[in-house]
Amino acid sequence: MKKHLLSTADLSREDALLVLDTAEELARLADRPIKKLPTLRGRTVVNLFFEDSTRTRISFEAAAKRLSADVINFTAKGSSVAKGESLKDTALTLEAMGADAVVVRHSASGAPHRLATSGWINGSVVNAGDGTHEHPTQALLDAYTMRRHLGSLDGRRVTIVGDVLHSRVARSNVLLLATLGAEVTLVAPPTLLPVGVEGWPGETSYDLDAVLPTSDAVMMLRVQRERMTAAYFPSAREYSRRYGLDRDRLGALPPHAIVMHPGPMNRGMEIAAEVADCDRAVIVEQVANGVSIRMAVLYLLLGGSEPAAASSGTGHASRQAGDGVEFEAAEVAR
Amino acid sequence: MTMAGEWLIRGARELGREPSDLLLRGGLIAEVGPAGSVSAPAGAQVYDADGLVLLPGLVDLHTHLREPGREDAETVESGTLAAALGGYTAVFAMPNTEPAADTAGVVEQVWRLGREAGHCDVQPIGAVTAGRAGETFAELGAMAESAAAVRIFSDDGNCVDDAVLMRRALEYVKAFDGVIAQHAQEPRLTQAAQMNEGELSGVLGLTGWPAAAEEAVIARDALLAAHVGSRLHVCHVSTAGSVEIIRWAKGKGWNVTAEVTPHHLLLTDELVRSYDPVYKVNPPLRTADDVAALRAGLADGTIDAVATDHAPHPVEDKDCEWAAAAFGMVGLETALSVVCAAMVETGLLDWAGVADRMSVRPAAIGRLADHGQLQPARTPRTSGSRAGKAELPGDPSRASGTARFANGLVANLTLVDPAARWTVDPATLASRSRNTPFAGRELPARVVATFLRGHPTVIDGKPA
Repeated sequence: MKKHLLSTADLSREDALLVLDTAEELARLADRPIKKLPTLRGRTVVNLFFEDSTRTRISFEAAAKRLSADVINFTAKGSSVAKGESLKDTALTLEAMGADAVVVRHSASGAPHRLATSGWINGSVVNAGDGTHEHPTQALLDAYTMRRHLGSLDGRRVTIVGDVLHSRVARSNVLLLATLGAEVTLVAPPTLLPVGVEGWPGETSYDLDAVLPTSDAVMMLRVQRERMTAAYFPSAREYSRRYGLDRDRLGALPPHAIVMHPGPMNRGMEIAAEVADCDRAVIVEQVANGVSIRMAVLYLLLGGSEPAAASSGTGHASRQAGDGVEFEAAEVAR
Repeated sequence: MTMAGEWLIRGARELGREPSDLLLRGGLIAEVGPAGSVSAPAGAQVYDADGLVLLPGLVDLHTHLREPGREDAETVESGTLAAALGGYTAVFAMPNTEPAADTAGVVEQVWRLGREAGHCDVQPIGAVTAGRAGETFAELGAMAESAAAVRIFSDDGNCVDDAVLMRRALEYVKAFDGVIAQHAQEPRLTQAAQMNEGELSGVLGLTGWPAAAEEAVIARDALLAAHVGSRLHVCHVSTAGSVEIIRWAKGKGWNVTAEVTPHHLLLTDELVRSYDPVYKVNPPLRTADDVAALRAGLADGTIDAVATDHAPHPVEDKDCEWAAAAFGMVGLETALSVVCAAMVETGLLDWAGVADRMSVRPAAIGRLADHGQLQPARTPRTSGSRAGKAELPGDPSRASGTARFANGLVANLTLVDPAARWTVDPATLASRSRNTPFAGRELPARVVATFLRGHPTVIDGKPA
């Protein structure tokens, strides 16, 4: 593994499988009475969130705490442009606090890359979603979820539907799934596919109905209603008719196929409520798997090469439970 | 303005050709002859230019001096010193200052600051519209008649995207032989644009700036200029399609000129993979195919001039995430070397060609009488058909072939060591800003001396 996780392109096939296997191992912890490992005791993980994402932050926080790391949550709403201190000054502050890993969510594509390469901090950087670029741990938890249901991903057909243009989830998934040997088809109205998408691994299609019968997994992306005012599509209704996953389309999937969504969902837009709640939807499971995957990532970036679960077995790790520190970054421009 | 003493430049290779001696006196070239033929008058200073290439002083059509308003990034003093060190004897100062250079008062201020600094001539460009807001005309005639004698008008940084306003601007400036220098960027197609739109922008998740947004405006403006019989100059051409459209417009005999920046001749969008904002510039770095087309266009004269688009920014405006960073790169001190790497070392231009594209033609486009002076080649056989035409840049025969320095021309000169190689160190730049995309790069050729009206502004590569 490299020092940072900025893009799923950073992961070799071996790296990716190691993360998934490690997550499997760590997931077994969740069944134990004491869910905590001492592995990262004394290490500091900072959750640096420039963009609201309670779900992702909580997932990383739970992951770090189960590995006994000290967790600092640093939320700085709004970008450095609009108000408050710069990314650089924030990074220097975190470095002064001795962060071993910085989990960063930012509205600007490439912000985690900047943190990792600018020399402002020495710790590992984990991209928790940057602009419209990537969201590698989401793709890892998606792959993990698919593997649990479908077995090896080699040759499996995964269909990703929706706003690919603005989706960091789609980008990370396309790269990771290609690494893992799956065949990806992107389905979207042409306006929501990026220029140059023909150079990406996999296929593209404008016709969801043509693709569903051969899909092993279908992943519905969130589509923001605001996109229609920017002339990406005419109306929410038309989008839903052409690209939404409703009950009829669910019926067109092979019996073993699973339905995924990275959340948060627009019920009735890209996914019908009854599809979201049906037994083939693994959406809630994705969330649960997120903690295991993020534990695996933090462990592999910070914990060294020993087997993850081998350092468990003693109960005293829970000594430091609940010692996360919270504070808000200045929100007023100085 | 300064009454210079006499200088004898010995053994300089005129436009890269045979060694010559030049005697400079009273701001003019007083005598030119083969090496060893001119003797130094008593009291004259002698400069041994053995092995150096002599060019007419470089002229930059596109400089951001930032004063008034952003003196933290650059001042007229620091920017013109950078220019002199880069071999320039004249720079055209873009009007996107704070306040904008949209009145006689502001352009005269900038012009006066340039004279006071004395490193090179500063010729202000006036804004086309008040506050560069794209709504109503600035007082174009007042700027033209001011002491600054503005001839180029531009809203650079913004496109004059309103077709009617552009048409009227092109027409209006005919009254004083003006030209509109267009920043060709269709604004709706480039909202929040961060880099060249292509496969890479999709992968990096950065909003794309499509080539068509530049090309569509250039095509429209060329048609408008032809329709109303005006002069159009296209700033910082960056795409292969733009080169084709300009070639087409020139083929029609229309009065269209164009410039390209050094960075667009050497760098590609692949550099954006680093997310390092030092590579963030507008128009954005394009693909290798675009770079090749721009070089070919500059070589065949479709693109008339190299212009730096020198755009200084303070450290904090680049030391941040990509989307938050300012657009722009400094370029005055590296331009000649970059052109040498992109055009001379590749065999696309000889030194006479460099002189044409970096001095003669830009001076002609900006109607700068004292700069870019060479004695034209002997009347070419085909000149009969051209005799009736207005004197315009765009005739590639003017500076190549046998064009040369001659007695009586204004002594604005640059001496270049073509064999030198140097590594760009941002800390040593004279500009107040450090945002060079060439940091750490080894580049060929170095400016050794610059003479402004017979007086050295740079000697031995240092401020005189």
